Amino acid sequence: MTNEALQNLIGLWFPNPDADKVSNVVEITETEEGSEETKTQEPINPSLLEFSEEESQFLNILVQPEQLHSLMKQLKSNSETNFDYLYCLSGVDWGAELGIVYHLESTTHRHRIVVKVKTADREGPNFDTVSNIWKTADFHEREVFDFFGVKFNNHPNLKYLFLTEDWEGYPLRKDYVDEINMVIK
Amino acid sequence: MDTTTVNSNFKSEEYFINMGPQHPATHGVLRLLLTIDGEIIKKVEPDLGYIHRSIEKMCERDSYQQIVHLTDRMDYLSSHINNEAVCLTVENALELEVPERVKVIRTIIGELTRIASHCLWWGVMGMDVGALTTYFYGFRDREMVNDIFEETCGARLTMNYNIPGGLMYDIHPNFIQRTKDFVAHFKTKIPEYDKLLTGNVIFQKRMKGVGILSKEDAISFGASGPVGRGSGYSCDVRKHHPYSALNKVTFNESLKTAGDSLARYEVRIMEMWESLSIIEQLIDNIPEGDYKVTTKAVIKLPKGEYYQKVEAARGELGVYVISTGTKNPYRLKFRSPGFSNISLLNHIAVGGKIGDLVASMATLDIVVPDIDR
Repeated sequence: MTNEALQNLIGLWFPNPDADKVSNVVEITETEEGSEETKTQEPINPSLLEFSEEESQFLNILVQPEQLHSLMKQLKSNSETNFDYLYCLSGVDWGAELGIVYHLESTTHRHRIVVKVKTADREGPNFDTVSNIWKTADFHEREVFDFFGVKFNNHPNLKYLFLTEDWEGYPLRKDYVDEINMVIK
Repeated sequence: MDTTTVNSNFKSEEYFINMGPQHPATHGVLRLLLTIDGEIIKKVEPDLGYIHRSIEKMCERDSYQQIVHLTDRMDYLSSHINNEAVCLTVENALELEVPERVKVIRTIIGELTRIASHCLWWGVMGMDVGALTTYFYGFRDREMVNDIFEETCGARLTMNYNIPGGLMYDIHPNFIQRTKDFVAHFKTKIPEYDKLLTGNVIFQKRMKGVGILSKEDAISFGASGPVGRGSGYSCDVRKHHPYSALNKVTFNESLKTAGDSLARYEVRIMEMWESLSIIEQLIDNIPEGDYKVTTKAVIKLPKGEYYQKVEAARGELGVYVISTGTKNPYRLKFRSPGFSNISLLNHIAVGGKIGDLVASMATLDIVVPDIDR
């Protein structure tokens, strides 16, 4: 599928309850109405997902943490998308936000997509695990837990994979400091 | 007093055993926590990080030219291919077209690297199941490839031959002839490998039907390289996302459907033949031209995200770069084949014996620095 077709299809899965066109087919429960009111000046996105192809070779989907798991489940199980291969799962520290980037590919259709999820909570960041969708996520999420301190809800075995149990701090975060072992240029 | 039977005296009980980090069959510093009942494996839990150097963090403070050198130290047996992955990422980001000569040389050396890596794997594979001779046979042939590398780029293992924009130097005048000699030599040696090990009854019994991985699980676990292809999963990056000169050659993707240790073994043997064929198609047709295009001394990638995957000897190596437009990457992630492949070890080893675990692990062909990065 082309990126455009993917965007049209996937966008329909999570309709924005505030968009006029699809306001009658809402199945999603309560949303924060307060925060939506401030956005009324901007054109309303018909989907809860944000799509972008800027500065990337793939179609990027930004998803809210609440929708992450159901989006991922559909991306894999839907026969038209069938993203059955999670080839890369990376933790990223964007400064104000922490997040995960999922690179997905379909082994049947051979199309690729990128899903991103972010949180501003640097103290106790947590997302739902996708290890029950792709088994490879088990180890990859543990790696992110080691180096970014992001917790994954419902993960079967969330403990340090690389680091020792008494390690303090999260080495791949941008604000990590180790005066002895790190060479700052 | 009741007469006690042998059976009532001994209770079956699960217990923990440590394998590694200095166990020879773990190929480096990998520690496995085994839960076993008698000799039957109930659970395998890899404990990683013994040689983690945090290459990804180091990359955040390094220039792109420096990053190329760090990748040698991941999967050191496919160092040239790792270098290529970073160079391709940078070249794609800069929209830099490298000369045809560079592409062809990169592919030839990449395939030579694959053969050298598989030679070492084959030697060690035999050793893991008790056949010591294979080690010497494998190293004998790998030595020839290393000599070719040494003559052209000065290094035998950590090559550093690729640079963003091309190659560090042109090939040595002897390169073409020596490569041809090696191809002719190695064609007579693979049948020898088969004679010595593949057809051996004991070896077959150790491998057949052991460590089975289904195609669905292979995809779900993110298996790649010969591990995925042994399960009938078409995952060759060279086929699906060709790079360098790979779109100019014809070759077959080596596939086996059994999914057991023997299938993974056979895929690698088949791959050696395919690599020879790729080299033969290119070695007489290396285009004339420059061996590099000059880049700026300080490379700055445009703001954005870049992803490049290549087929390293162990499977799919991915480089994910987030650039903010400066001379260092903001974030650089290496998706290493070994890391995904080791995560399925528990899945294929449970229910088998410790000896089978060693044999299955040998067919995963792990390189610990590649897992730890």
